[in-house]
Amino acid sequence: MTHWLHRTAIAGLMALTPLVALADETPVKGATIVVTYKDDIATLDPAIGYDWQNWSMIKSLFSRLMEYTPGTADLVPSLAESFEITPDGQTYTFKLRKGVKFSNGREVVASDVKYSIERAVNPKTQGPGAGFFGAISGFDDLSGGKAQSLSGIETPDDYTVVFKLSRPDATFLHVLAINFSSIVPKEVVEAEGQDFGKKPVGSGAFVLKDWVIGQRLVFEKNPNFYVADTPKIDGFTVEVGQEPLVALLRLQQGEVDIAGDGIPPAKFLEIKNGPDAADIIVDGEQLQTGYVAINTRVKPLDDVKVRQALNMAVNKERITRIVNGRATPANQPLPPLMPGYDKDFKGYAYDIEKAKALLAEAGYPDGFTTALYASSTDPNPRIAQALQQDFAAIGVKAEIKALANANVIAAGGTEGEAPMIWSGGMAWIADFPDPSNFYGPILGCAGAVQGGWNWSWYCNKDLDARAIAADSMSDPAKKDERAKLWGTVFTDLMADAPWIPVFNERRVVAKSKRMGGPGNIYIDPTRVINYDAIYVKQ
Amino acid sequence: MIELILRRLGGALMILFGVAAITFVLLYALPADPAVQLAGRSATAQTVANIRHELGLDQPLLLQFVHYLGNLVQGDFGRSYTQKTEVMTLILARLPATLILMVTGILVEVAIGLTLGTIAALNRGGFVDRLVMTVSFVGVSAPQFVVALLLLYVFAATLQWFPMSGFGTFSHVVLPALTLGVLGAGWYARMVRSAMIDVLTQDYIRTARAKGVAERTVILRHAVPNALLPIVAMIGIDIGQFMGGVVVVEAVYGWPGIGQLAWQAIQQVDIPIIMGVTLISSLAIVTGNLIADLVAPLIDPRIRAR
Repeated sequence: MTHWLHRTAIAGLMALTPLVALADETPVKGATIVVTYKDDIATLDPAIGYDWQNWSMIKSLFSRLMEYTPGTADLVPSLAESFEITPDGQTYTFKLRKGVKFSNGREVVASDVKYSIERAVNPKTQGPGAGFFGAISGFDDLSGGKAQSLSGIETPDDYTVVFKLSRPDATFLHVLAINFSSIVPKEVVEAEGQDFGKKPVGSGAFVLKDWVIGQRLVFEKNPNFYVADTPKIDGFTVEVGQEPLVALLRLQQGEVDIAGDGIPPAKFLEIKNGPDAADIIVDGEQLQTGYVAINTRVKPLDDVKVRQALNMAVNKERITRIVNGRATPANQPLPPLMPGYDKDFKGYAYDIEKAKALLAEAGYPDGFTTALYASSTDPNPRIAQALQQDFAAIGVKAEIKALANANVIAAGGTEGEAPMIWSGGMAWIADFPDPSNFYGPILGCAGAVQGGWNWSWYCNKDLDARAIAADSMSDPAKKDERAKLWGTVFTDLMADAPWIPVFNERRVVAKSKRMGGPGNIYIDPTRVINYDAIYVKQ
Repeated sequence: MIELILRRLGGALMILFGVAAITFVLLYALPADPAVQLAGRSATAQTVANIRHELGLDQPLLLQFVHYLGNLVQGDFGRSYTQKTEVMTLILARLPATLILMVTGILVEVAIGLTLGTIAALNRGGFVDRLVMTVSFVGVSAPQFVVALLLLYVFAATLQWFPMSGFGTFSHVVLPALTLGVLGAGWYARMVRSAMIDVLTQDYIRTARAKGVAERTVILRHAVPNALLPIVAMIGIDIGQFMGGVVVVEAVYGWPGIGQLAWQAIQQVDIPIIMGVTLISSLAIVTGNLIADLVAPLIDPRIRAR
């Protein structure tokens, strides 16, 4: 067991090492920056916030037991100083860092950790992330309203937290790094009630100074933050209600430092071919796959040959051009950044003749009529049209149903309703950098239920068993073996073709020329914008 | 007068109740389940069920509506599903911006519309008349988004006379108000023109001119006030419309009005906010019309408050 300690201690040290700045850049001290978004920031309550705008702000307002090294998917202890895992993978013991304070001045202690995670699970909180904690003993009782606490979390002293799991969960350390595991002070949460989301108090790199609803949020550096040299800016102001086109104009004039919504399609080529492109555009990979879910319970899509034919019919290169080339064609569910991604896997190549032959074999030489659901937000209807043309080339007539996201999601979660769904604008981007997050909800049997997100209604008991086996390998030394095992789950399921993996979309953020640092702290795989790490250069 | 106000207020309450009932039923009859939307993509069935229960969405629709009305009567619009903040707080935070833009937008509309309409009427059939009518036709047909971006590009981004975005000072309101005003002025210009043409053929105008009253006085003293009546009615309608929010103009200028709140709430199936904004803007439409009705007899004594 000692080697764990050793390893985590080293990892902890590495986490404290400030991100190596690019050679010719020195961060300016005392700088503040302006970030814009089109939509309001809904909430900064870490148990509730779950969209890509507030995700990175919540990350920087609160601290968690585990964290990722900026710009990477590497887990390191954060609020925890060290941790131990028992060989059976069912008991995790964390030692907390001493002297860490909430922005109201009180020290963070073990009972805060227990309280915060119980709060995220408690039905009264109405939090979307409760399910992530399903492995902790006592989860069902709290989630089902039969208990008020989690029996699986113990706090023997102020600086020790012990988690007892009901089953081994190799993703548990990731779970402790997601926003829902953020540590909140009980007394403040109870005093503010549901308004905590607008008046958050945490122990992260920044504190929220001011929030003018509908206009701006002002964040200020937390001078007592426990990670050395972090953050590197004195604060940032988030201006909301900013149309992306106007935000970009303002950015070019130096009024805005980060246009959070990126570059509108209409402007993309102009900016990309402009003189400042290299300084302004940050284009980064994310843990995302855009796919067509083919409903395995709707005729004639229940025939695997038909699904394979549809896979071969799609010209993915052409579809990436619709998003200005901001995506790479995909052949498997996992995105390339994800552990387990098989770079040698070929998938179904674009082959219309073979597709037609397969359709004929399945008994549909003249094709058939079906429907393709898609989000009505640009560019998804255009992508759906491209798919429609591709399918038409093999005789499949797909009627496009472009609806509001909520309606598409509702149709996908109703058995027998949506024959095919283009996932763009809704799914799937990983919550944490682990392949299991790409399986359970969207491809596993558990997700193939009313209101679920497994829109293919694909349920393969054999693969489910392999998934469970992989998730039981919680020994970090078996990390690579586990990733490989997971990889085969995804490549094997492609034989059943429940999805057409279409592309892996990259995110684009526009930043002002004075912003420094590598692109992966503006499009951090676990945070989007990493406010802790970004800086203004001399 | 008092009786009229009371009667109209009673009617207004009925209208608001109707709006509330219809909106409520429509929103909850949508196939999109707010609990699923809120629970997000990683939620288990248990989480969705828990959220549905906590929000009271598992109760019969009628019960939910009665509950909503009960709270409403006490001035409680409920809390936003996604933000958890009180709907009233969210609306109040955006009300000042909406009111300012409403007032300034209408002022610009009326000022431009009245001037152009009068000029056109006086030059009836001539070149100026045709020019004004063409311009106003272009104005009413031009897409808000394009005009707003154009004004922003020229006067804020290029000439830098005004800030590009935001709220707070007089210079911030100029471009949004101008956009609304320029686009809406066309309606007013056409309305004023036809009303003026109508008035100018009246006997009392001829009499005034025959008496030798100065043309200037004839127009400003005798003609314009009599042509104002339809304008007042239109202002009443605009008050209601602008109070519901002007989504596009608000979006382009980063104007923190109610329109953006409503727009985002619709995307997120945040029913309490949609209900709140709908009720507030219905209230504004009702009030706007009431004000127009009350002002009309002051302008034209022939209309008696009934």
